[in-house]
Amino acid sequence: MEQLKTIGRELAMGSQGGFGQSKEFLELVKSIGEARSKAEEDRIVVREIETLKRRIVEPDIPKRKMKEYIIRLLYVEMLGHDASFGYIHAVKMTHDDNLLSKRTGYLALTLFLNDDHDLIILIVNTIQKDLKSDNYLVVCAALNAVCRLINEETIPAVLPSVVDLLAHPKDAVRKKAVMALHRFHLKSSSSVSHLVSNFRKKLCDNDPGVMGATLCPLFDLIALDPSSYKDLVVSFVSILKQVAEHRLPKSYDYHQMPAPFIQIKLLKILAVLGSGDKQASEHMYTVIGEIIRKGDSSSNIGNAILYECICCVSSIYPNHKLLEAAADVNAKFLKSDSHNLKYMGIDALGRLIKITPHVAEQHQLAVIDCLEDPDDTLKRKTFELLYKMTKSSNVEVIVDRMIDYMISISDDHYKTYIASRCVELAEQFAPSNHWFIQTMNKVFEHAGDLVNIKVAHNLMRLIGEGFGEDAATADNQLRSSAVESYLRIIGEPKLPSMFLQVICWVLGEYGTADGKYSASYITGKLCDIAEAYSNDETVKAYAISALTKMYAFEIAAGRKVDMLPECQSFVEELLASHSTDLQQRAYELQALIGLDARAVETIMPQDASCEDIEVDTDLAFLNGYVQQSLERGALPYIPEDERTGMVNVSNFRSQDQHESAQHGLRFEAYEVPKPPMPSKVATVSLSSSTDLVPVPETLYSRETHQISSAGLSSETGSSELKLKLDGVQKKWGRPTYSSPTSSSNSTSQNPVNGATQTTDVATAVNSKVRDNYDTRKQRIEISPEKQKLAASLFGGSTKTEKRSSTSSKVPKASASVPDRSQESKAAVAPSEVAQGKTIQSSPPPDLLDLDESTITVAPPSVDPFKQLEGLLDPSINSTTNHSSGVTNAPDIMTHYAATPASRESGSGGYSIPVTGDNVNLLSELSNAAVRGTTGETTTTPLPQSVKGPNAKDSLQRDAKVRQMGVTPTSQNPNLFSDLLG
Amino acid sequence: MGIRFVLMVNKQGQTRLAQYYEYLTLEERRALEGEIVRKCLARNEHKCSFVEHRNYKIVYRRYASLFFLVGVDDGENELAILEFIHLLVETMDRHFGNVCELDIMFHLEKVHFMLEEMVVNGCIVETSKANILTPVQLLDKTS
Repeated sequence: MEQLKTIGRELAMGSQGGFGQSKEFLELVKSIGEARSKAEEDRIVVREIETLKRRIVEPDIPKRKMKEYIIRLLYVEMLGHDASFGYIHAVKMTHDDNLLSKRTGYLALTLFLNDDHDLIILIVNTIQKDLKSDNYLVVCAALNAVCRLINEETIPAVLPSVVDLLAHPKDAVRKKAVMALHRFHLKSSSSVSHLVSNFRKKLCDNDPGVMGATLCPLFDLIALDPSSYKDLVVSFVSILKQVAEHRLPKSYDYHQMPAPFIQIKLLKILAVLGSGDKQASEHMYTVIGEIIRKGDSSSNIGNAILYECICCVSSIYPNHKLLEAAADVNAKFLKSDSHNLKYMGIDALGRLIKITPHVAEQHQLAVIDCLEDPDDTLKRKTFELLYKMTKSSNVEVIVDRMIDYMISISDDHYKTYIASRCVELAEQFAPSNHWFIQTMNKVFEHAGDLVNIKVAHNLMRLIGEGFGEDAATADNQLRSSAVESYLRIIGEPKLPSMFLQVICWVLGEYGTADGKYSASYITGKLCDIAEAYSNDETVKAYAISALTKMYAFEIAAGRKVDMLPECQSFVEELLASHSTDLQQRAYELQALIGLDARAVETIMPQDASCEDIEVDTDLAFLNGYVQQSLERGALPYIPEDERTGMVNVSNFRSQDQHESAQHGLRFEAYEVPKPPMPSKVATVSLSSSTDLVPVPETLYSRETHQISSAGLSSETGSSELKLKLDGVQKKWGRPTYSSPTSSSNSTSQNPVNGATQTTDVATAVNSKVRDNYDTRKQRIEISPEKQKLAASLFGGSTKTEKRSSTSSKVPKASASVPDRSQESKAAVAPSEVAQGKTIQSSPPPDLLDLDESTITVAPPSVDPFKQLEGLLDPSINSTTNHSSGVTNAPDIMTHYAATPASRESGSGGYSIPVTGDNVNLLSELSNAAVRGTTGETTTTPLPQSVKGPNAKDSLQRDAKVRQMGVTPTSQNPNLFSDLLG
Repeated sequence: MGIRFVLMVNKQGQTRLAQYYEYLTLEERRALEGEIVRKCLARNEHKCSFVEHRNYKIVYRRYASLFFLVGVDDGENELAILEFIHLLVETMDRHFGNVCELDIMFHLEKVHFMLEEMVVNGCIVETSKANILTPVQLLDKTS
């Protein structure tokens, strides 16, 4: 048999050797393979680029050589260097008649070019020609290129041919034609909108490959518009049924599973089609139920299908039986030892709880385990789940956890994400104002620069607007606690800019509102901030605006303003600032201080950030003035649109447009700049007054805009900040939002608070129940911390009636629940713990870590040769075992290695597989040896051969390297190790 | 879209094969590959085979010294992708026989041809090994 295999290899080699890979190429591959560092690799590639630049332009390069050059270019780009100098040669190679050259050319172009590259136009013609070729492999090569390189502009050039190819006799061509259409649809759906019916037709193609491929475009189309494809539900169901019943050719099997990838795609499609559609869903129930029933939970691929079933079941119109089956499957995932399955389980749980919220509680501990797992991926997935489970009863625990995690990570992308989640949950479910402020403080403190600016505006507005309901007192408390916490936090070093902005604004607005702090104290703090963050102009702008407000309130209250020296110097600094915005604010402050109390109060009313400002767009209050002027003989105003033909040079706006239209040089002299208007100060307080100021808009519009965004009292509430706020007030504060679970909430919150009355019946029941728990508790030890966490996450909150009906062990769950909580906390938690753990204590499901099991088990089922080798193993095994794997082995190896090497020495060709053959045998051998001695080490995913230099490795190296005609000093033995070893 | 890229990278972080189903510039690729490999190498075998990175979810699997990394969209079934990787390795194994890293290096274009049969527009379109390998073998014969 061994000989047979070798002969087979050599036959295969014949064609491989036929490529005649040159020594140069072998050297290149070898040196890249042996490169020790990225720097070394880069040096090799740079040298290679130089070589290629010289060689590729030589005249009369043989085809074979050219193909090799192109592949070397692929290497150059793959390793991160620019190979654009050779693109044109790849283009040329697509013209070649030789199929392999052509396909390599196309391949190179798809890897090199984006579909907007200039060279594309040069190959459209070739593609067109190739699409009409008689050789179906040429057509396929062209279609591959079509799928990658044809852009919106060039679609029409190839579309007719592609459509024709949908009816090509070869299934491989039909399949690729379908995918080409799919690509056109993705690129420009309008270009093929009249052709989508083809996808429906191709679904009935008698080749399963074409049918399977067609599912991809159909899935996209259905996801966009499910209602138009409802008629296909029956077809999809029947296809799925046939696939699951093993009606497709055996070659589609994967590890004895019938066409799993097609099944999964079909389940995805059904999930979309059945969503919210009872009628469509009813067609699906049987087949999905059947697939779940027959599901194989011992293999990865089986579990992949089962997971997809859960997704489908939780997406379509709910069916009680299926949901139960899905929950059972999911329980297996969550209880598995495999992290992969746990991950899938957590994800699936997140889907299931949307429909049946009670499923989560039996998995409390599994969820908490995942949350505390060192694996970030699992942790994040669990946060995702918790996010979906959050309600007002557990928001504190969940958000606290999220924040702790947020602080611990350094990945900005995820930090941003989880920060926004925290904010969202806090806004929706916050149990108290105080907590809300505290939470927001933490988020800002640790992720301040990552959160969206809107969040800061939201917070300011929330504090400013209050919550409506309990009116003044609650709002004032909130503000006081905010001020208090900010004054505490200010001392911390390096606060994020955005947080400081919020702090400045709140201090300016409410710092002295409750009379606890004096104005000089607050202004001092504000100056401290401005000084500590003197590089941050935005913060400085907020600070000076806050100072302005501070002084305004003081003046309005009739107190004498005594500016602290540091405030004075701060203002002076800003008066001379390079930033016109800061300068303006400083001048405004100065002007304001000089005014009398009444004026100041109108300009800066206290706590008026959320008052509506009526903007008098007609400027009606000027009517009197206008009238007077007219009477004095002024010309009446002519509206702009009636001014046709008039060239008004002094009109800034028209000049502006003029300018932008021309974009040329201007030869006329610039306008004399107008002196700054003293009335400018007025812009600050009344937004309407900006219209009043007779200063050209273009000059100041930017500044006034900035002022408004910087949170000047009168404008914070204006349109710019409205972005996310609409729902907030409704969501915030009261737990009205917590949707379907709210009913169970209200009943269940009692136990958590400990406010319960015990009836005789309940105690009786409870004591019995507790006995049960206690005995169980002895068997399983779970840390009290986890129990506590479980209790707070899942709380009593999930003890619904539903649960009592499902769990037979607790006869009157609802009655016993309040009672239990009256016992010490320890009693609550173990009882819930026991719920989860009893199931766990049943014999563990035989889900091995699939990674490993499939690697070791799968190949034998595929490769008959290996089975035979496996038979050979034990005999050799025993010898190696005794000789500690070194002494005997080399003999065998040298024996094997010598023959092919000598045979090949004449031709000097490259024939790695011949020796690789022996190598493989030996690698299995050494594996088996290790397996035999240590028993359980089979679970290590790597072949042990990788570790440490052993005889096998050195031999492998030696043999392969000799084949390459290079010295046997390979530095990278890994290159030779079998991937499927 | 589904699959966004398929990468083969060895333990030293050297790229052995890269196929992107959306265009990224050289610099972007280089950065992405570096970051991902660092992330995946830092994980031990007890952790799950999925990693989130930027907007990708990466499903990876290690064979000997070679990492197979597949970047996918959110809606993808991670376990199925994990098996897709295995299918790819099995397919290569059937063609090369006891495929090793060096086979991939010497026959880079062939591995790409196989991938071209299996994945189009980021979708898995062919999973029958026979169908995947037929064109590759025919190419061998004709040349």
